[in-house]
Amino acid sequence: MNPSSPALLELKKNLRSFIVDTFLFGDAGNLTDETSFLSQGIVDSTGVLELVAHLEQTYRVQMKDDELVPENLDSINALAAFLTRKRQGSAA
Amino acid sequence: MSHSPSFSSASLKIDAEQETARIVASLRHHLSRDLRRRGLVIGLSGGIDSTVTAALAVRALGKERVFGLLMPERHSDSETSSLGQKVADSLAIARIEEDITKILEAVGFYRRYDEAIRQVIPAFGPGWVSKLTIGGVSSGNSYTTFSVVAQSPEGKVVRERLPLTTYLAVVAATNFKQRTRKMLEYYHADRLNFAVAGTPNRLEYDQGFFVKNGDGSADMKPIAHLYKTQVYQLAEYLNVPVEIRRRPPTTDTYSMPQGQDEFYFALPYHQMDLCLFGKNHQVPVENVASAAGLTPEVVQRVWADIDRKRSTTHYLHLKPLLVDDVTEISSSPIHP
Repeated sequence: MNPSSPALLELKKNLRSFIVDTFLFGDAGNLTDETSFLSQGIVDSTGVLELVAHLEQTYRVQMKDDELVPENLDSINALAAFLTRKRQGSAA
Repeated sequence: MSHSPSFSSASLKIDAEQETARIVASLRHHLSRDLRRRGLVIGLSGGIDSTVTAALAVRALGKERVFGLLMPERHSDSETSSLGQKVADSLAIARIEEDITKILEAVGFYRRYDEAIRQVIPAFGPGWVSKLTIGGVSSGNSYTTFSVVAQSPEGKVVRERLPLTTYLAVVAATNFKQRTRKMLEYYHADRLNFAVAGTPNRLEYDQGFFVKNGDGSADMKPIAHLYKTQVYQLAEYLNVPVEIRRRPPTTDTYSMPQGQDEFYFALPYHQMDLCLFGKNHQVPVENVASAAGLTPEVVQRVWADIDRKRSTTHYLHLKPLLVDDVTEISSSPIHP
């Protein structure tokens, strides 16, 4: 998907909104699309479960055990890329 | 102190006699000066930690000032009561058994737990047994995931990863057990004018392996500074019965047998001790790996998991937070 496509930008905007509302009580602070949720202490082990539940319910995807890795879930960019691949049926 | 050049399990060796004397002195001091209670109540699980804590309390206070509580419930291993009784008998302390099954029924624990499991295993019901397991750390996955493993009456074993709501419901229900036990410990402590001893070892205390206002609650935690292997050293010195020293650590929380390393810790305790000790003492990763029989990559992952658990469970260690200090309380003398 084109990195500046309206669909991708909208996806990132919605993901960002979920992260800020759920984990940061509405205060985005220095959160960027590249910010690592783990290294910044934004998402802990229970938070990962919340994130997975959100992805499965909102985007109608089924997460497999081996997909629960930081490469897929640890930033807004990673989430958007993962969801894009997943919807195209080619997620690792 | 440097532990790097010859780091091994011997690095965790302590002088058991000296350490016992130090803990005994501390127990006597805190009981008489800070807590001002006449003895200690200890929940006896038949495990190594509560047994060593009880043995230390007897050394410090005398057997008349230590009260043992056995608190089995429907899912408890039958060994829990028999070994707990053996500990109490070997120390010649007073003890009582309080079966908490009826309390747990009254608060709806068994119903709530079964309903939660049925969210992922619809057939779960009477005759089934189950436990929670974790995955992620040593397998290379950086995220901890939780699964329920359940066995039907016919012996069929099912494993399902837990989604958020089910995981939270299972944990919330299960925490009734630790909180009920602590409520009873404080009941007996109040009627005896005793204090309550907590029994975590360093690994459990550091990594937040306890329930807030459950087993995490206590007036004093005499072995919280000791690595698990050091608790075993004290057990030998204190002549703890061999069958308790040889019993594998278990949570005794779920109806299926469950080791602590299945549920919370990434590795068996002797390897976790080496990883934690090495991390705390800045031992090079290669030396820790060699001592623990692991690869440096696995040790790095365990260290990262230790940091994550410290961060995740930080709130368990906190007192209730205030907007402003109430300085009159925090600076008040111990003997008003």
